[in-house]
Amino acid sequence: MTYVDAFLLTLLVITAVSVAGMRNLFAAAVFFGIYSLLSAAWMTVLDSPDVAYTEAAVGAGISTVLMLATLGLTSDREKKDPILKPLPLFIVLATGMVLLYGTLDMPAFGDPMAPIHQHVAPHYLNDSPQEIGVPNIVTAVLASYRGYDTMGETTVVFTAAVGVLAMLIGRRQRPSEAS
Amino acid sequence: MNLLDHFNYYVVITLMMVGFYIIMARNNLVKKVIGLNIFQAAVILMYVTMGRVHDGTAPILADGPDVVYSNPLPQVLMLTAIVVGVATTALGLALVVRIQENYGTIEEDEIRALEDAS
Amino acid sequence: MTEDLILRVVTKVLTPFIMLFAFYTQFHGDYGPGGGFQAGVILAAAFVLNALTFGLPQVRKALPDRIMIIGTGLGVLLYAGTGMVSLFRGGNLLEYGVLDHHSPVHGQHLGILLVELGVGITVTSVMWVIISTFMERAVEDAEGGEG
Repeated sequence: MTYVDAFLLTLLVITAVSVAGMRNLFAAAVFFGIYSLLSAAWMTVLDSPDVAYTEAAVGAGISTVLMLATLGLTSDREKKDPILKPLPLFIVLATGMVLLYGTLDMPAFGDPMAPIHQHVAPHYLNDSPQEIGVPNIVTAVLASYRGYDTMGETTVVFTAAVGVLAMLIGRRQRPSEAS
Repeated sequence: MNLLDHFNYYVVITLMMVGFYIIMARNNLVKKVIGLNIFQAAVILMYVTMGRVHDGTAPILADGPDVVYSNPLPQVLMLTAIVVGVATTALGLALVVRIQENYGTIEEDEIRALEDAS
Repeated sequence: MTEDLILRVVTKVLTPFIMLFAFYTQFHGDYGPGGGFQAGVILAAAFVLNALTFGLPQVRKALPDRIMIIGTGLGVLLYAGTGMVSLFRGGNLLEYGVLDHHSPVHGQHLGILLVELGVGITVTSVMWVIISTFMERAVEDAEGGEG
């Protein structure tokens, strides 16, 4: 763990916790944008520029704009409500403990012998220059080796647009007319 | 065994649990969507950290002997997951807007009270 | 929509650069970080920036809703169509190697380019359609005076 990692991760945790404690939803949405940008920064440190690129554009850009648009249509204040509730806190702590117990068997961070690096990744890294001939291996895997996967994801994105249009377009119903 | 070997998992679990807590404990529906997004970003971070190799570099072919690349597979899966995540977020927020128009509130307990009253 | 001169001028200056960067991301995705997903989101962000500064009707003049809604399906069709063409040329679905007579690697390049273009078209249109629908609701809200 380097100092850069430690710095970014501290900021990430602080941002996430402060979102949980905020009553002003406008501030919470903006803090979520900051959280996204920080995670994009850490992804760059983790050698994955493609994911960082997407997260910075989507999480800090489009998601935040969408949340702010929704707040404009609803209200930007949360109702007075205790921040700490015993039952959810207990469930969260218990789940966290179970997950921590699960990490005991995980391979160490950055271990080149971890099982994930022994499966299909060597094939992609060694053979894609001859088979696909595209320098960016992420693009080669995305569009060619796993083309089905990406086709499905594109269809999901299309379906989301259909769903939003079905729900929000056309004459709006007001509460008085609805009943 | 060195505790610092797994520091990435500890941070990711903390972030996941913060998101999980927001989803369960907050009544406001927009806040729940934000919590869901925090959880999602944490899961994405977990996958990306698993693909990392010591002294590696980004999986874009470079000249030079013995270049170590990080694993491209988790990156591909997470790249598409992020975009699908924003699409589902949009769908969730559209539902929130419709709930606001029909019930006049986006607090979960108030909606439940209105449903019980009717 | 804003009357602020600084925002209006900065938006006008920035828009071509954002769009150029989006196209660079789209077509340079084979060689560096980037691809259809990122390019689509960045291009949509340029439209959203303009809609926030100059208002939704101004952007709608350049991008009619009808075209953008067709775009959401067109990208998926382009993607699936590329897969079908390789099927008809004797390969498997989405096996781009058969798209070029001379060398499978060229076929792969062509296939990836078309597929990424399809992803880019879909993501751009979907993001714009979603955000413009939300913004339109807000405008109706302001005109309706309630809600």
